[in-house]
Amino acid sequence: MSETIAMPAVAAAEPAPTGPVVSAKDLTRRYGEGDTAVDALRGVSLEVPSGQLTAVMGPSGSGKSTLMHILAGLDQPTSGEVAIAGINISKLGDSDLTKLRRRHIGFIFQFFNLLPMLTAEENVLLPLSIAGEKPDPKWVMELLGRIGLTDRRAHRPAELSGGQQQRVAIGRALVSKPTIVFADEPTGNLDSTTSGEILELMRSSVDAYGQTTVMVTHEPRAAAIADRILFLDDGLIVKELGRSEAHDVISVMEELAGS
Amino acid sequence: MIRVALRGLAGRKLRASLTAFAIVLGVAMVSGTFVLTDTMNGAFDSIISQSYKNADVVVSGKTAFDTDTNGNAVQAPSFPETLLPKVRALPDVKAAAGSLTDNKTKLVGRDGKLVGGHGAPNLAFSVEPRSDQRFNPLVLTSGRWPSGAKEVAIDSGTAGNKHYKVGDTIGIQTRGPVQQFRVVGVVKLPGVSIGGATMSVFDIPTAQMLFHRQGRLDVIRVQAKSGVPTPKLLSEVRAILPSTVQARDVAAQEKRDKKTVNFTSFIQYFLLAFAGIALFVGSFVIANTLSITIAQRVREFATLRTLGATRRQILRAVVIEALVIGTLGSVTGLFLVLGLAKGLNALFKVLGFDLPTAATVFKERTVIVSLLVGIVITLLASLRPALRATRVPPIAAVREGAILPPGRFARLTPILSLITLVLGVLLLGYGVLGHGLSTANRLGSLGFGIVLLFFGVSANASRLVRPLASVLGWPATRIGGTAGVLARDNTMRNTKRTASTASALMIGLALVTFVAILGQGIRSSFESAVDDLLRSDYALTSTDTFTPLSVSDERALAKAPNVTAISGVRAGSARILGKTDNLTGVAPNMAQVIHLRWKQGSAAVPSQLGSDGAFVDHKYAKKNHLTIGSPINIETPSRDRFTVLVKGIFKLPNGGSPFGPVTISNANFDAHYPSPENEMVFVKVRGGVTDANTATLEHQVKGFADAKVQTASQFKTNFEKPLNKILILLYVLLLLSVIVSLFGIVNTLVLTVFERTREIGMLRAVGMTRRQTRSMIRHESVVTSLIGGALGMAVGFFLALLVTHALSSEGIVFAVPWLTLLGFVLATVVVGVIAAIFPARRAAGLNVLAALQYE
Repeated sequence: MSETIAMPAVAAAEPAPTGPVVSAKDLTRRYGEGDTAVDALRGVSLEVPSGQLTAVMGPSGSGKSTLMHILAGLDQPTSGEVAIAGINISKLGDSDLTKLRRRHIGFIFQFFNLLPMLTAEENVLLPLSIAGEKPDPKWVMELLGRIGLTDRRAHRPAELSGGQQQRVAIGRALVSKPTIVFADEPTGNLDSTTSGEILELMRSSVDAYGQTTVMVTHEPRAAAIADRILFLDDGLIVKELGRSEAHDVISVMEELAGS
Repeated sequence: MIRVALRGLAGRKLRASLTAFAIVLGVAMVSGTFVLTDTMNGAFDSIISQSYKNADVVVSGKTAFDTDTNGNAVQAPSFPETLLPKVRALPDVKAAAGSLTDNKTKLVGRDGKLVGGHGAPNLAFSVEPRSDQRFNPLVLTSGRWPSGAKEVAIDSGTAGNKHYKVGDTIGIQTRGPVQQFRVVGVVKLPGVSIGGATMSVFDIPTAQMLFHRQGRLDVIRVQAKSGVPTPKLLSEVRAILPSTVQARDVAAQEKRDKKTVNFTSFIQYFLLAFAGIALFVGSFVIANTLSITIAQRVREFATLRTLGATRRQILRAVVIEALVIGTLGSVTGLFLVLGLAKGLNALFKVLGFDLPTAATVFKERTVIVSLLVGIVITLLASLRPALRATRVPPIAAVREGAILPPGRFARLTPILSLITLVLGVLLLGYGVLGHGLSTANRLGSLGFGIVLLFFGVSANASRLVRPLASVLGWPATRIGGTAGVLARDNTMRNTKRTASTASALMIGLALVTFVAILGQGIRSSFESAVDDLLRSDYALTSTDTFTPLSVSDERALAKAPNVTAISGVRAGSARILGKTDNLTGVAPNMAQVIHLRWKQGSAAVPSQLGSDGAFVDHKYAKKNHLTIGSPINIETPSRDRFTVLVKGIFKLPNGGSPFGPVTISNANFDAHYPSPENEMVFVKVRGGVTDANTATLEHQVKGFADAKVQTASQFKTNFEKPLNKILILLYVLLLLSVIVSLFGIVNTLVLTVFERTREIGMLRAVGMTRRQTRSMIRHESVVTSLIGGALGMAVGFFLALLVTHALSSEGIVFAVPWLTLLGFVLATVVVGVIAAIFPARRAAGLNVLAALQYE
């Protein structure tokens, strides 16, 4: 369906290439009310620089998924503000958020979330066809080559392995060249060999296209491909590392678990 | 996005076609109705235009009115045949022929029984055997035209069905006992089947004698010399006609004749009403099925939202799906139609309404209306589920087991449902009980009220599912064991889903229950009226109970030695006080066989009517401000006018009476009607009802194939037969909507099995057999349909109570046919069992391992 919508005034201003792609200030998120209330985030501020792969690490219940949902505009913070590409998204309505997603955001899910009735290629092209944009055939060829599915482009998800399905999902996240890609436990549903391949692919897309990416994970091996690792515990950022080896990440995690 | 919608549909072919099926039957019924009635109209039109072949001007006797109270054409009065030579002598007349027609001349088969009947006409015509037949619409298929007394040509249908051929002898009965005629020819109307009607053809003198119209003609067909304009011929003919005879050009004559067959439009509305019900039920099924499929696709919609799809795009995707489903269903329905039109015709035939048919008429209008109706209904039904789908938030894409969020007005839903229900009840109450409403207002508020009532019950039903399921599911838990318990609990899991699935069935059951109770009410009030009125031992009616009998039958029966009193009730139509109505006549001894309660006058009134007296029922008297001595002006169809004076007013019993609003003496009746007929004859005999008396009476009317002697109690049941036939017709037509709701149950179960794949795999893994799995699904289906049945019967009871209360002044009582209702309960169980066959097989056929791994 070709649905071209006018760009909102807020999005018209191109972000400065060097500024932070995502910035969050004093984010809190409270679920429920009264005695049963749970604070998932208790004041998180961060900036995601352009062209980097940022990993958000933390044990389950640390608030890392909540943080990503809020950064991506899927959930609303109880307080605090989020800006993507310079646009404050906390106050956007549904249709402005939709426009923002089309232009600026790509998603990679733990369970792939492919549409079973579409072929691999159609799944990859879906964001463009939803936005009513014509794909650039050269870019599509290049992308299919990168995700390694050129010869399987006509297969349906059910005919692909888990790793291949996640490759399709990565292609789908990259196809519109979004300002930022959010990946939610991208290897959480894959075996270790396949996980390695997927992580390699994600790393290479950051290197080749300068694709700003935020990845939530609890796997140290996954965090090890990131340019920057944020450690979350009990709703707060407790530590930050630069490029690290998996065993460094593990020791930080153990430290956190011990504290 | 269109592609996503279409691909999604293609990926769910089974579900899509199950959904489409919900409207297939309704659409087929709509187009079937059009095809059937168009075809009938075509047949009648072709019969009518054929009967004026080559004629430019038609001469016939003037009538006071064209149709009687039942909408049947009245017989025009005949005129002297001396008019024919005068017409022929006119300067511009090329040819003219006189003929007679009659609808009281019946064919009698070798078994002594009437051929045809069941209300289909017995047509008789005259021919001039030695003319060139230029005006004759009939063609010979074998033999020759009849010439001389005791010769007849019969229609090819009778010849075929009853195995008559040229040279055989066939019985003819008209105004007297059966006479034997020799079949000399077999005829037909080219290109048209005349349905259950029969035809007999005689030469003119024989027809005049049989029809009691010696020296007279009914019609003269006139053809103009070439080049003479019809108006010129018409004025020439008119100039020589007496005042009782008229001439019309052939177009006007055809138009007038077509007016008398307008009952096809009644059939059309009647059948369309049932198509509407089936479509209404279908819309419930579609809305429910779409709701379930949408609930199962929450993650898909959420993913699309994260990829940048707007709410509007989601709405459009769902609506496009509905559009495709609607189109698919409507086109299928249209294809089914030819079969269904035949089926409807067969149904009418079985129930004794055998109507003429010609080549099937498939008009563009049929296609357009059917497709439009099917598609629009599907779209409307999809609107709510589609709007719900737009409420799916993008975050549902990352949540496991995300459910469809409640609608924007979810908090108001319980209140709105109650308001809908109350509004429906109030509108119904207003429509039924309100005073001084116009018919349009009354029907409007009734129709609207019923629709609201159904919506209201359906919307509130989810709250009743738990209690109903625990009661109605009890047998399942007894019979099915663990499978039964699980089945019952499954129906309580998603009460909304169970409620809307059951609601579709509720509609059909509410209507059949209503019809059954109303029918029983009519039956029992009729029975009590007969018990109250009838004082005779026997009654004589025509074999089909309703067609009037020639008075010759009564005269023959009067000669039986055991008869102590015989009293015929004449009937005919007349214009009474300016309105076409039934006029009845009674013999002076009427009080011996029928007991009336007199409001004014006494039981002596029937014997004192004489040549200027009448009695009327109290309602008619009140409506027309009649009292003793009031004059009543009467005009017969042959434009014979006379006046009678009211001599008595009787209380019209609740269940009706054999009399029309105005009753005169038989002597007076016979003086004004050329061939008087009895609607029934009551007889008292020495010794009452005995086998010997019955045999004596039957022997007396043996020569009259159209008459039937019956005891008073047989008379009662015979009169109920047509009511029973109508009930069966209504049940069959309502069955259609029950079948639609059966599809609804199938849909829900298939989708539920699909949804619970993993759970079923688990149950199988822990030791549930295939048989138990099947039984679990079957019990769930039966409990669901029983819930629908219970709701439907409750609504049906309510509707019947309301309507019988409103009709209590008409004598309709509230009477419950318990046995019939028990039958409905069993039918509900059967619906549940049938609906479960396919889903149960699917559930039992699941591969345990694959089901467990199913996501």
